[in-house]
Amino acid sequence: MSKYYLNYLDELESEAIFILREVWAQFENPVILFSGGKDSILVAHLAKKAFHPAKIPFPLMHVDTGHNFPETIKFRDDIIKELGTKLIVGSVQESIDEGRVAEEKGKNATRNALQITTLLDAIESNKIDCAIGGGRRDEEKARAKERFFSHRDDFGQWDPKNQRPELWNIFNGKHFEGEHFRAFPISNWTEMDVWNYIKRENIAIPSLYFAHEREVVWRQDSWIPNSEFLILEDHEEIVTKKIRFRTLGDITITGGIESDADTLEKIAEEVSGMRQTERGNRSDDKRSESAMEDRKRQGYF
Amino acid sequence: MLDSSQLLRFTTAGSVDDGKSTLIGRLLYDSKSIFEDQLQAIEKTSQKKGHEGVDLALFTDGLRDEREQGITIDVAYRYFTTPKRKFIIADTPGHIQYTRNMVTGASTANAAIILVDARHGVIEQTKRHSFIASLLHIPHVIVCINKMDLVDYSEEAYNKVINQFEEFSSKLLIQDIRFIPISALNGDNVVNRSANMDWYQGAPLLHTLETMHISSDINKVDSRFPVQTVLRPQSESHRDYRGYAGRVASGIFRPGDDVTIMPSGFTSKIKSIDTLNGPLKEAFAPMSVSMTLEDDIDISRGDMIVRSNNKPEASQDLDVMLCWLHNDAAKPRAKYSIRQTSNEQKAMIKEVLYKFDINTLERNKEDKELKMNDISKVKIRTTKPLMIDQYRENRTTGSIILIDDATNETVAAGMIV
Repeated sequence: MSKYYLNYLDELESEAIFILREVWAQFENPVILFSGGKDSILVAHLAKKAFHPAKIPFPLMHVDTGHNFPETIKFRDDIIKELGTKLIVGSVQESIDEGRVAEEKGKNATRNALQITTLLDAIESNKIDCAIGGGRRDEEKARAKERFFSHRDDFGQWDPKNQRPELWNIFNGKHFEGEHFRAFPISNWTEMDVWNYIKRENIAIPSLYFAHEREVVWRQDSWIPNSEFLILEDHEEIVTKKIRFRTLGDITITGGIESDADTLEKIAEEVSGMRQTERGNRSDDKRSESAMEDRKRQGYF
Repeated sequence: MLDSSQLLRFTTAGSVDDGKSTLIGRLLYDSKSIFEDQLQAIEKTSQKKGHEGVDLALFTDGLRDEREQGITIDVAYRYFTTPKRKFIIADTPGHIQYTRNMVTGASTANAAIILVDARHGVIEQTKRHSFIASLLHIPHVIVCINKMDLVDYSEEAYNKVINQFEEFSSKLLIQDIRFIPISALNGDNVVNRSANMDWYQGAPLLHTLETMHISSDINKVDSRFPVQTVLRPQSESHRDYRGYAGRVASGIFRPGDDVTIMPSGFTSKIKSIDTLNGPLKEAFAPMSVSMTLEDDIDISRGDMIVRSNNKPEASQDLDVMLCWLHNDAAKPRAKYSIRQTSNEQKAMIKEVLYKFDINTLERNKEDKELKMNDISKVKIRTTKPLMIDQYRENRTTGSIILIDDATNETVAAGMIV
């Protein structure tokens, strides 16, 4: 190599690897929060790079709402086998059965907010001191304020107005018993960067991201997939469309877009021409202007 | 976007009055980085607030309190991409905790944009921003003389500001400084060349950001590799592997290089530089790699691998320009944890030499209390040696933070002089 500079993807990769190694060095018991979505798959891939030739030295944790795409669960189990790491599952269904949370009512009911309790319970019972997430600052305005190392008090809460300053590449993960941190190694990546990198590295992602035929219903400006959890309104009609998902979450709230992009090249091209943000199809963010901030304060991802 | 595109980080400082938010909104809008749903949300809020048209400044508000109070509380990061480069903006607020936020945003920046209102010229705030840019050794400074539309796009007004700026900035250490006359509101010389200022021969702001040479911003001479952690797979295929994981802080390393491990002083040769994608012939800053050595030496986090013919200083006594970042003032002779690269020791502030008045740039030798937003020159003593370079030579090995062990808070950030 004659030119001594990194291109933007290599620099983002190097930064993320640095953060992941800092987490491992500064915390006793970290986990990667794994949803089966592209961002958490990317974080797992970067962790593989950070610790090679050793295995990823900590487990993956999945907060299972019980409302999954079957493809996501299969993908999760396959990746665990490939990485040779442990999987911790926090179950929202169990939290409901134990009476820790109550299910929302109505046709737009989701288990999105219920995940907070399950996540915090799993962090506490597994004595996790740092949960590594795939959150990105370009996703949402509250997330634009996140630190790489983000402190959570002993109630798991985020105080965005009182965050530790983060200078240069020096990260302070010191905390008291009962408190924990969230770490965001891909803070500086945009949706486009993620796709360009997935394409470059040829990282396996769930088939849901590629255009496919699916039964869907038009609701809140996007195509909501048919599932056993869907409650149909009178005026609503199930149709079959060629769609793909830009983000993956709970099957009840993740809307798809009509698309013919069935390869990584086509997806990257499609994303570069998109005029809507990726979370625009997530009804969990549409509830109010500060929906994300409110959930994050309480301990959300 | 090309595969060879680089990443440029820049900081913008100032208040709404300077048109800072408008400028950022303009860059994002004209580079098509604002999405339709974001624009609709801003339109809705603009109407609710009774603003005429779309207030691009609203795009930079993140938290509910910020939207309600119309102020920016904390550094926010924005992203945009052009076919030539990816950009990260550290958008730092002008009023509250300005020094703390500016220093934070400036710490990783390649470039700083300093906004001057063409009508008012250089004011105290301009001096403050320039001083911090110089102190944090931001390699490139772009002074945008804004609101040119309000001075009839006059070349004379522009030259007046440049003269004012050059007069006071001669005391500062800024390597590369440029001036651009703009109107963020109308878009003159932001993304597109202005038709209203024929007399300006230079490039518009975006073109400047896209083309400025940043490969030399990182020190490529002094090879420094702070060890973050040790990789020991102990697997069938890598039974005896012992890799030192870290990110090259500066300089270049190659297999076969003679290296010294600091602080122990042991010497060895680099055996291999490894990544998941295979071994490398060389590693340079800021690459994250795993290094193996020819000899079995006890090395752990906090140690530094350096080229034997070019070593940093190992010292327990540091002269530091210290920015105090916490609400609680420094306690006299209190002990703190000090972090420099991956190294952590205990430290004590032994002496405050002077405090800067960052509005006048004068040194105050009387007031020695370290309060929030103060910038002072201090002497620090550590329990064990740190491997240091001057901040001016090396932003990674020349920077430190102080942590209060009673609260675990980061209370100060410093640059070694």
